[in-house]
Amino acid sequence: MTTPFAIRLHDLAGGYGGAPVVRGVSLAVPAGRFVGLVGPSGAGKTSILKAILGVLPHVSGAVEVDGRAVTAGAPPAAVGYVPQTELVDWSFPVTVDQVVLMGRIQAMGRLPWASREDKREVAAALEKLGLGGLGGRHIRELSGGQQQRVFLARALVGKPRVLLLDEPTASVDPKTRDDILHLLVGLHDEGVTTVMTTHELNAVAAHLPWVVCVNNGVVAQGPPADVFTEPILSRTFGAPMRVLRDAETGGILVAEGHGHGPVATRRLAAVPAVAAD
Amino acid sequence: MDTLREPFAYEFFRHGLLAATMIGALCGLMGVYIVLRKMSYIGHGLSHSVFGGAVVSYLLGWNFYLGAGAWGFLSALLINATGRRRGIGADAAIGIITTASFALGVAVISKTRSFSRDFEAALFGNILGVTPQDLWVIGAVGAVVASAVFLGYKQLLFSTFDPELARVYGVATGRVETGFALALAATVVASLNVVGATLIAAAIVIPPTTARLLTDSFGRLLALSVLLGAWCGGVGMLFSFWFDIASGAAIVLLATATFAAVYAATAARQRLRLRQPGSAVPAPAPAAGRALAAAVTSDQERA
Repeated sequence: MTTPFAIRLHDLAGGYGGAPVVRGVSLAVPAGRFVGLVGPSGAGKTSILKAILGVLPHVSGAVEVDGRAVTAGAPPAAVGYVPQTELVDWSFPVTVDQVVLMGRIQAMGRLPWASREDKREVAAALEKLGLGGLGGRHIRELSGGQQQRVFLARALVGKPRVLLLDEPTASVDPKTRDDILHLLVGLHDEGVTTVMTTHELNAVAAHLPWVVCVNNGVVAQGPPADVFTEPILSRTFGAPMRVLRDAETGGILVAEGHGHGPVATRRLAAVPAVAAD
Repeated sequence: MDTLREPFAYEFFRHGLLAATMIGALCGLMGVYIVLRKMSYIGHGLSHSVFGGAVVSYLLGWNFYLGAGAWGFLSALLINATGRRRGIGADAAIGIITTASFALGVAVISKTRSFSRDFEAALFGNILGVTPQDLWVIGAVGAVVASAVFLGYKQLLFSTFDPELARVYGVATGRVETGFALALAATVVASLNVVGATLIAAAIVIPPTTARLLTDSFGRLLALSVLLGAWCGGVGMLFSFWFDIASGAAIVLLATATFAAVYAATAARQRLRLRQPGSAVPAPAPAAGRALAAAVTSDQERA
């Protein structure tokens, strides 16, 4: 069943015992929207993703994906997830093909090996992400950007309607970061509802139409042009933040509170604001 | 030539050889998942836990395999459940549950000293006393575990690689973990008479660690670990006969020697590769180094 909202969180509080790591989170993500979750480390961004995935135990409140209730232990269908690559065991003996196949585990038969259709789908996912011909390689042998795309391919091979990504641009160089974001914008254009956590405020301003500021709960949400203000960002990050705006292009540049003025001004033109969809 | 043939003239040796080969292969198979889950200590702990169960079974007049197996299964489930609790971890859970179970066995033995001799086999292995019934049990456990691994190959691989995400992608990780605990308990119980509680950990950990030095492919790792386990079990038994040493010790020492040889060979191959012209770009870390680093990390985590 498809509803206008792909994801809804209503007054959610959740955690792994003890004090909840997130509380009072209410969020409604319309189908097809591309959303960035920003906030400081420990603000609960990953916990919100895990609540949507049915991994984070709920203390109170409710989570729905595609109109169906999600509870801890009952993961939603048709959701792809890209975890933080820092958490991956890179010495584990698996090839790129085997990792991507994991995303099709529900569609595969009982036998251990992949069918022709499985192989075709995996090859198509890898090709789409520019990883054609690398299927037989061990995951450790790839570059940081390629590794990130392998996990994106695993999330996409199951043809999800909702895609959740946890820090997909962490630990990659600026070019790779931009490549990944362009890739995600392309997927979003195909109608996949996408939610990603990130610390890259300027990349969010440049690429994403909707942003949610999080600090143990939702501080603010809306288009970057509306949400990226000094009061909101300072409240979100608990530190002074400067926001520079280009009067002509509407471009936004966010910097920490001290000492980045001249540099920020020079880079302003490269960060045009994106209209909300 | 007669020296080579001599042991096969004895029925007890033929039984022992078959048992050791099957147990070696079975431990090699289970060991892959245990090592990759960084739970190497569980083989050691669970064998001690099962020892406690064996003593209590004996005292209550239960069948050894059923009593010790149920005890081991319960211990594995308890380890799993306790280890999931935040702030405890698998290493501490193994330490608590298995030593408590072992201590219970020791307490029962010390209270009833008259049957302590019967448990030497459970502690150090007594492969020369393998009965046809033992062979059937080992064969049945091996067949069931191998079938379960074959049919649950993808689920086991995913839940070993990333258990949390496997659940998100619809793998029934609870059932997988329960099945794994059952298979592990059955493996330990079936192995107890062959290598003994004190040496099972080596039979479980050394073959997959050695195989890991040789391959980066999960499928090949499984196959190599099974073959190495069977090799160490079978040839170790022959060494046990020829050199007149305890079978469990012979198996483990051969496994360790095989590991050392493979470690040295892979390290030398890696050094040669790095010296070749055109290898200025650093190659991926040598498999030997990675395995050692993983083992050290695992030890540090346990500590």
